[in-house]
Amino acid sequence: MNYKNIIKSTVAAAMMSLMAGQASAQSSDPIKLTIHDWTGQYVTTHIMGEVLKKAGFNIEYVQADYIAQFAGLETGDLHIAMEMWETTGKDAMDASLKTGKTVDLGETGMDAKEEWWYPSYMKEKCPGLPDWKALNKCAEVFSVPETAPKGRYLGGPVTWGGFDDERAEALGLDFEVVHAGTDAALFAELESAYQRKAPILLWVYAPHWAVAKFDGEWVEFPEYTPECYNDASWGINKDMKYDCGKPFGWIKKVGWKGGEEKWPGAYKAVRNFKIDNDEMGKMIAAIDLDGKKLEDVVAGWMSKNEARWKAWIQ
Amino acid sequence: MNATRHSTASSSSTAQRWWAIWAGLLAFTLLCYLLKDSFPWLFKYPRAWTWPLRFWISDFMKWLMNSLDFGLFTFREATRFFSWIIEQPYWVAKSLLSSGFLKGQGSGAIEIFPRLPWVGVIGIVMLMGWKVGGRNLSLLVGACFLYLAAFGQWDSAMTTLSSIVISVPLGVFGGLLLGIQAHRSAHFNQALSPILDLMQTVPVFAYLVPVLILFGFGPVSAMIATIIYAMPPMVRITILALQKVPDEIVEFGKMAGCSSRQLLMKVQLPTAKPAIMVGVNQVVMLSLNMVIIASMIGAGGLGFDVLNALRRLKIGEGIEAGVAITLLAIALDRLSQAFANQPQPAQILTSQSLLQKHPYLLASAGIAITTWLLGLVVPAVQIFPEEWQVSTGSFWGDVVRYININYFDELDAVKNFLLLNIMIPTKRFLLSLPWVAVVIGVSIAGARLGGWRLAMLAGLSAIFIATVGLWPKAMITIYLCGLSVIIACMIGIPIGVAASRNENLHRIVQVVIDTLQTLPSFVYLMPVVMLFRVGDFAAMLAVIAYAVVPAIRYTDHGIRNVPPHLIEAAIATGCTKRQILWKVQMPLALPEIMLGINQTIMMALSMLVITALVGTRDLGQEVYIALTKADIGRGIVAGLAIALIAIIVDRLIGAWSNKRKRELGIG
Repeated sequence: MNYKNIIKSTVAAAMMSLMAGQASAQSSDPIKLTIHDWTGQYVTTHIMGEVLKKAGFNIEYVQADYIAQFAGLETGDLHIAMEMWETTGKDAMDASLKTGKTVDLGETGMDAKEEWWYPSYMKEKCPGLPDWKALNKCAEVFSVPETAPKGRYLGGPVTWGGFDDERAEALGLDFEVVHAGTDAALFAELESAYQRKAPILLWVYAPHWAVAKFDGEWVEFPEYTPECYNDASWGINKDMKYDCGKPFGWIKKVGWKGGEEKWPGAYKAVRNFKIDNDEMGKMIAAIDLDGKKLEDVVAGWMSKNEARWKAWIQ
Repeated sequence: MNATRHSTASSSSTAQRWWAIWAGLLAFTLLCYLLKDSFPWLFKYPRAWTWPLRFWISDFMKWLMNSLDFGLFTFREATRFFSWIIEQPYWVAKSLLSSGFLKGQGSGAIEIFPRLPWVGVIGIVMLMGWKVGGRNLSLLVGACFLYLAAFGQWDSAMTTLSSIVISVPLGVFGGLLLGIQAHRSAHFNQALSPILDLMQTVPVFAYLVPVLILFGFGPVSAMIATIIYAMPPMVRITILALQKVPDEIVEFGKMAGCSSRQLLMKVQLPTAKPAIMVGVNQVVMLSLNMVIIASMIGAGGLGFDVLNALRRLKIGEGIEAGVAITLLAIALDRLSQAFANQPQPAQILTSQSLLQKHPYLLASAGIAITTWLLGLVVPAVQIFPEEWQVSTGSFWGDVVRYININYFDELDAVKNFLLLNIMIPTKRFLLSLPWVAVVIGVSIAGARLGGWRLAMLAGLSAIFIATVGLWPKAMITIYLCGLSVIIACMIGIPIGVAASRNENLHRIVQVVIDTLQTLPSFVYLMPVVMLFRVGDFAAMLAVIAYAVVPAIRYTDHGIRNVPPHLIEAAIATGCTKRQILWKVQMPLALPEIMLGINQTIMMALSMLVITALVGTRDLGQEVYIALTKADIGRGIVAGLAIALIAIIVDRLIGAWSNKRKRELGIG
């Protein structure tokens, strides 16, 4: 027994010493922040990264997929993810938190607005908008041959949830919900329709460059309340849930649990990070629409908000 | 003569029997429709009967990742150690090409020695091109790399290149070793074959999470995923190449007293080398095809640029980064092809003398050192100056915009015609079939083409798909891939035939299909979505664009390889050109064309991950959903279902093609 243990620890020690660079538990190790493929997340992550650098931490940005990153966060290969959206990431995040290897680092202060959206030029073709009750009158306007006579509503990927199929049924909308496979496909359709001034009704969310680039409005559904999603008898349809609009979704930060002990100061700063929709929207627009450089925009924010971020790292 | 007549007589009576069996199946299917109300389970596999396989797999994977302990070390420690080993050469390549040699990590790192300047890299690749292929190749490779610098892709391209230069040799040597082992042992070969099928057809997303946990989140996992996908053709080609080594040469080696090791190293491998190099090319092509997925799991590089550009709908930027991937593939492919076609030394048994290589090695080192030193003084040598960079700007976006505004209605009419008259009816028909009848149908087909073992394999695979509860999604997969394959063959085979008869066309087609194989589908998928909306039609176009490649390539290759003496004989007997094509070339090239169709099917199935991105509801979507829900078992089961569809189709077509070969007397 003892003998076996000795061999075991020797082998482990040999492997560890070979892999020394990775395993030494010093806080000068780089904190790995993940970056995904959208601008807003770039901005939040780089602001956080710059702030941590000012606080003397070693930072590394790692390109990682939004969902696949949880595998890395659980094993400690990655450390901080700055934007986990309720609609798109809640399932994966909950599953990960349940393992006990990741930790919820709180909300970013931004609220994700998600709702059915149409370009402004559709108001002429469908005069009652933005009231949802107008939708049924112009279902034909929004229809395509596969869905006719019903209208076509382009929803997010099935993995996003959002209860659009249920919503259409509960509110008696003559619309067929078609799911886009990805965010990119969703906005490719919007861009195409906008170029042609063609009818389109789709899921849009903010903060996002699309709401800055395209002129349009959200459909106004009966306002969301928690009862609407839990209690069938609430609202217009007495027998079904989801007869209302969508709630605002949180955007949270998530981290590797082990980092809490390794870089306590950094984790505290990440928890303190707060930013709001407006300033975020402006920064996204500056980068995506005005073609400014990410570094300059982030540096601009840093110099303007020095008092704020200094408070995060105290 | 008598024997032939007998066999035709008996084969016509067998044919009759088979017609009776097929008619029986049809009658059974119709009966199913009549009994639909009393026995709904004939059509819809009841949920209650579903086999909880995916939960078992999830539990097994959790145990493997977290608990398996060999006593001395855990399984995960072992895999992590393995990835540490791979990381070392990667680190050298990355330091040399991309990041520079650094002390420390992250933002706290200090550069102790800069990376190879862009001028130096271009100089060295041009020198390599010169050595193996002369001036033209040197210029081609130089131009490809110059594009990377000029279009501002250098940094990302070098990140991508540093993982490619490690994963390609690993894939090649791994494939070579497995191939040699399979050549030596028939048992090993038999066990390996289905594993290779799985490696090629199970989508990466299905096993991504376990790989990430076991090998760590980063470039090493990306390389491992790349190797899994890119290695199988190498193994297959190695086995084939070793089998084709003429017996006389092996005999001669034995007579000369070679040990089995010497026989392999000095006789068999050198003789099979030209064929094996075809496998190297496939590894290069498929590795670059994985660049997008690799970028999602920490490899960064060009793939990330493509994703990022398209997420912002910057079509031009996406195309520029995508073309960079293609050019990198073409440069590496042409270099390796030229390397394989280098004139062989007169004696096969002696390897090339080391002295001959020296001048080029020395010159490369010279270029590296000179440009390094120069780069310290002249920054433009070290980093391509930003003001020299060019870009297509908004050109590509404007092109798409122009087509969109002016031709959308016409395109839409074509799409609606196909969708309403062909695609939707096919989909409804397949979804309406009773699964029991389909299972019986594939079993009968298996029995007809390859005997009872094939019947069992096909039938059980189909039953598996039904029992894990994936039947409707499998049918949608078959509808989407099936239609795409038919259209791809209708386009690809005629192009292949035309290219085989015209050198100029052949050369153009070659560039086009290389581009289609390596340009990330994402690049053309977004414009396709803009013009055709999300849905099955856009997905089908993307599948066709990728799957048409083997249909063209193998047809072209097959017809070119028809022995010239047979064509001469046909000319001598007075055949017209048309007759030669239809009566001589096509029948003789049929086995190769069939292999092309088989590969078309494989490629179509491997595109399912992409089709899920434009909202199809097939097995690809199931894999994708499983990934977002962090459900390992669900993803693997869906991946297996895709692989089983591929295996059924592959074995049936293989059996059919063998039968044809026997009938034509060329088996």
